[in-house]
Amino acid sequence: MSESLPQTRRQTSTPGRAGLGHPLLQLVLVRIREFAREPEAVFWAIFFPILLTVGLGVAFRNRPAEVLPVVTSSSTLASALRQDPALDVTELAADAAADLLSSGKVVLLVEPSADGSVVYRYDDTNPEGRTARLLADRAIQRAAGRADPVPFSDRLVREAGSRYIDFVVPGLVGLGIMSNTLWGLGFSIVDSRRRKLIKRLMATPMSRTDYLLSHLFWRMMVLVVEVGVPVGFGVLAFGVPVRGRLLDLVVLCVLASLAFSAMGLLCASRARTIEGVSGLINLAQVPMWILSGVFFTSERFPDAAQPFIRALPLTALIDALRAHMLWGASLPQLAPQLGTLGAWLVVCFALALKLFRWR
Amino acid sequence: MSEIETTSALRVRNLRKSFQEVIAVDGIDLEVRAGECFGLLGPNGAGKTTTVEICEGLTEPDAGEVEVLGRRWASDADALRQRLGIQLQETQLSDKLTVVETLNLFRSFFGQGPTPGEVIALVQLEEKRHAKVVTLSGGQKQRLALACSLVGDPDLLFLDEPTTGLDPQARRQVWDLIEEFRRAGRTILLTTHYMEEAERLCDRVAIMDHGRVIARGSPRELIEDLDRQGKPLTELRARTATLEDVFVSLTGHHLRDE
Repeated sequence: MSESLPQTRRQTSTPGRAGLGHPLLQLVLVRIREFAREPEAVFWAIFFPILLTVGLGVAFRNRPAEVLPVVTSSSTLASALRQDPALDVTELAADAAADLLSSGKVVLLVEPSADGSVVYRYDDTNPEGRTARLLADRAIQRAAGRADPVPFSDRLVREAGSRYIDFVVPGLVGLGIMSNTLWGLGFSIVDSRRRKLIKRLMATPMSRTDYLLSHLFWRMMVLVVEVGVPVGFGVLAFGVPVRGRLLDLVVLCVLASLAFSAMGLLCASRARTIEGVSGLINLAQVPMWILSGVFFTSERFPDAAQPFIRALPLTALIDALRAHMLWGASLPQLAPQLGTLGAWLVVCFALALKLFRWR
Repeated sequence: MSEIETTSALRVRNLRKSFQEVIAVDGIDLEVRAGECFGLLGPNGAGKTTTVEICEGLTEPDAGEVEVLGRRWASDADALRQRLGIQLQETQLSDKLTVVETLNLFRSFFGQGPTPGEVIALVQLEEKRHAKVVTLSGGQKQRLALACSLVGDPDLLFLDEPTTGLDPQARRQVWDLIEEFRRAGRTILLTTHYMEEAERLCDRVAIMDHGRVIARGSPRELIEDLDRQGKPLTELRARTATLEDVFVSLTGHHLRDE
């Protein structure tokens, strides 16, 4: 074994970095290699958003306007109701008709009364029931000879930008940035700490700033995929609009990625085990999954909760993404959301630096 | 070797460190001379690793002075890091990186030193150059860890239990490497609880127990001292004492365990 050893070590020592570039470059390369060699991580970052978009796109694809099922025991009423194509009319004996309503198979029961009036039975908390009631009444009144005093015509609006898929794609993009960033950073850092690799790196001249920056830069690179894939897929497959400037979208996503990276660093700043960091990450992100309006608008939550919900970084990101993509908002118009994300970035990063366990 | 001819690579005075209630290091003095291989011996929990990590600037001492290569951690940390080679106990390098990628990373932190290819040749991992760390055997991983400590062409090497957990063949390979480093003029501080290892590799040793140094000198001196005292050997065999006998005689752990 001794033959392979140079006689004096100074002969093998070359000044400089041996052509390897700045340590930050090597650290970022390590991040990328570790990520790319983890099939699960790649799945979550790239394929999961596509699958979710496809699934939701299929579930909420644009169907023709809903036909509402109604029932009646009178053949006269039935023929009047059939004049409206939006009603699917069943004619049954009174008892059977009542059963159909109570079992929820129809949304409206139209009963004739002995005095010639009509009784509508329906659940007024169900929008379909209310709609069916209005349509049924109009059909019956018209059949009885009512003329509408004001002439009208319908123009149907079903354009891109107002569908559910248009609403949900920005939500999924925001959710993807948050989830991937928190898990990616949290696992990577805590795994290094568990392996005592952070401590080993601290025993070299590596700078702490380079170490933390390498995680942020790595997330920036994954961001291109994280945002590009679901947005690109939404645009190509569903015609989801991107009405704002592309540069504005880049700025928004970069700021959001930095804010969630800082939050990820904070979650990972002390934990020594994967279980420990998982708990913290869930604690941080589950409220946002629920409250921040990924799948439905967060305005449905009570007014009292709104200031809290607005202050969450995911709410800020998703609101800004929707405003940008669907309504073409520019950066100055997104100032409140950008401010919220910036504040999370500064506070979380400062805390993470203070708390970080470098061993 | 006289004190006048040699300079100190490491000087430690009255070092103390406690963790909560436990006193890990209880007033230690050490001197490692430039160019020697110094062994810090002791049973598990004696305070070896804490002592070494303080010398490596990874742990803050409660009291005492540490002078590494004539410098102090408080004022010269950045310069010191460039000149030290450190191998920690139990570091698991990233499984998903290859041997050369791992060394590229470590080499990039240093302003001088051999190329990753040269270090790979040195620890004889050429065939594993592009193998992922996860596929390496225990001995190969340990040689990679040694390679990582050598990329900065260090003046002083800290090796914390470099052969723990290795099979006899892998251990001998690591010993050969350490002997080569020593011959190349590096100063080495290693910890071990294998007396055979210390006897073979170290010019001088200090034996620690309960956070204190309880004996110091060259392995030969310690063995001669024991022979002079006429203490009984651990096994009834007609042979001369070994460092193992010195160790057991001083720390008494075999008796304590019984």
